[in-house]
Amino acid sequence: MKAFTTHKGIVAPIDLANIDTDMIIPKQFLKSINRTGFGPYLFDEMRYEDEGWYGKDCATRPLKKEFPLNQARYQGTSILLTRENFGCGSSREHAPWALDDYGIRAIIAPSFADIFYNNCFKNGLLPIILDKGTVSELFEEVEANPGYALEIDLANQVIRRGNGGEIHFQIDAFRKHCLLEGLDEIGLTLQSAEKIQAFETGHRERQPWMFDAIR
Amino acid sequence: MAGKTLYDKLWDAHLVESREDGTALIYIDRHIIHEVTSPQAFEGLRLSGRKPWRIDTNVATPDHNVPTDLDERKGGIDTIVDEVSRIQVRTLDNNCDEFGIKEFKINDHGQGIVHVMGPEQGFTLPGATVVCGDSHTATHGALGCLAHGIGTSEVEHVLATQCLVASKMKNMLVKVDGKLGPGVTAKDVILAIIGEIGTAGGTGYAIEFGGSTIRDLSVEGRMTICNMAIEAGARVGLVAVDEKTIDYMEGRPFAPSSDMWDKAVDYWRTLHSDDDAHFDAVIELNAADIEPYVSWGTSPEMVVPVSGLIPRPEEQSDETRRKGYQRALEYMGLEGGIPVTKIKIDKVFIGSCTNSRIEDLRAAAAVAKGRKKADSIQKVYVVPGSHLVKEQAEAEGLDKIFMEAGMDWREPGCSMCLAMNSDVLGRGEHCASTSNRNFEGRQGAGGRTHLVSPAMAVAAAVTGYITDVRALPNV
Repeated sequence: MKAFTTHKGIVAPIDLANIDTDMIIPKQFLKSINRTGFGPYLFDEMRYEDEGWYGKDCATRPLKKEFPLNQARYQGTSILLTRENFGCGSSREHAPWALDDYGIRAIIAPSFADIFYNNCFKNGLLPIILDKGTVSELFEEVEANPGYALEIDLANQVIRRGNGGEIHFQIDAFRKHCLLEGLDEIGLTLQSAEKIQAFETGHRERQPWMFDAIR
Repeated sequence: MAGKTLYDKLWDAHLVESREDGTALIYIDRHIIHEVTSPQAFEGLRLSGRKPWRIDTNVATPDHNVPTDLDERKGGIDTIVDEVSRIQVRTLDNNCDEFGIKEFKINDHGQGIVHVMGPEQGFTLPGATVVCGDSHTATHGALGCLAHGIGTSEVEHVLATQCLVASKMKNMLVKVDGKLGPGVTAKDVILAIIGEIGTAGGTGYAIEFGGSTIRDLSVEGRMTICNMAIEAGARVGLVAVDEKTIDYMEGRPFAPSSDMWDKAVDYWRTLHSDDDAHFDAVIELNAADIEPYVSWGTSPEMVVPVSGLIPRPEEQSDETRRKGYQRALEYMGLEGGIPVTKIKIDKVFIGSCTNSRIEDLRAAAAVAKGRKKADSIQKVYVVPGSHLVKEQAEAEGLDKIFMEAGMDWREPGCSMCLAMNSDVLGRGEHCASTSNRNFEGRQGAGGRTHLVSPAMAVAAAVTGYITDVRALPNV
């Protein structure tokens, strides 16, 4: 997994609560058996006037001009700013894959849906939770300043504004560690293989019927 | 010391390792695999040269992307028209063959929607940890197990390690007491709960559903409730084990038998929250207050009782909510202040992991019997949750009732719940749907979903409008 240490990038605002995973990547793209190539279809229905499908050439598709990612001032964005409960809905990891493939590295919101939040960390994306008031302030600043960028420093858990101000954020220690180091979580878990085996032996004694299913 | 909740007990029974940073390794007993969220996980195993930790904890079946039209379905994978879908379903077969994983293939007797198949096969067991790359895995919690959805990276993680890295959730009790009125179902209860706590109300919690109303529900009704825990933000929904749970499990193909059965049942009877257990949050609802519910907007919390009006955005004091309501009404082509019964319906969908079990089909057929779909309704999709459900329904003659009513009786799969196959809504079409999500574009680009119970879906099919099923004669 790619590591996340510090990142500076242009912020794009999507001023809507409850953005669900069907909005982030509509279901027709889930037919793909690949992990990559979803970037052109990120927010497909919000972004394009016509209907998209996997493999469709997006270069000539008519754009919804009002959608932030289609506006000149937000081109090259790598930080999304949005509202409550971002990523609600399905467990599809295609959502973080699409964000990553598009070039998004971090998402700032007052809250995230659990499964989406978890999926982000598996893909080197950093979801940052800030209080509602701070998020609203950032929306105003982005709106007022074309080219508005933020610098995110994960090690110090701090977001640096262009005006020199700093915003601290919380993140749990394990996720931070994995992200900073770009660690392979499976490899990490397998370091506990003996403990897993020991647990399994005890579990089999306690609940033998759990080991008796597929015959 | 306070007693334990059911969630606490299940967590403790599967705790492999607690780490200083607050995370833990949790052992996984049951892993269900489908075609959409697994190919990249198997590819990951191949790329890293890893093997599954245990084979016998996995069962796979294709469901999300399979056709439900008999002609397209009858030749199995070969007759799937869409090439990308065909490849995806075939990839599941290939991966299961390569890794030796038990699979119910597209037209096998055991095939069905993952959350219908797991319980009906007895693969899902009380007290187990159950995961699947699908957020509606919470369904299985109706059997008193710890079940939740995972992403594809976690699918790979479970395959490779038999464990998940997890943080313990908080405990929420949603208590519903009293008797439900006639025509009011489990679906209406869960829609009422989501309306009450909102789509993020359960974020970070495992929700246990309790109270006399939940105890009075059948196991299938409880599955409908737990299924939509995720629509309230909670990854986990739970119901305590009781005699109904144990009766439900008995004789299922993968359920324990003889001596093993007795041992298992002794343990299962301990799977309930202790009387003095502590819940971080408690929500109480009165069953007598719950009417049939209907969603009017594009989030499962945008619901009203069938006697209600579509809310007016201008009356919402919170700005984010006001904007959300405005956008939803614009998308739905509706106005605030009008009764939901004025909503005209174009298509009807009866199915999905929420409402495609035999009791759902019986409830739908009871309303459909002797009636016809309204001329203005283009199509009514009735999609059983599995081949076993389909066979049972046909044995009871339910298929004939639906077909005589002018409805389409189809092959099992997820179908128009997420519209990955060709079962889709056209732009601007309104659908009365027994599924679980009414997001923008969920059932087709520009499609407009109204979440309802199976009985309410049929009421809409026969009248052409959202209709209070209780008002139909002889229901």
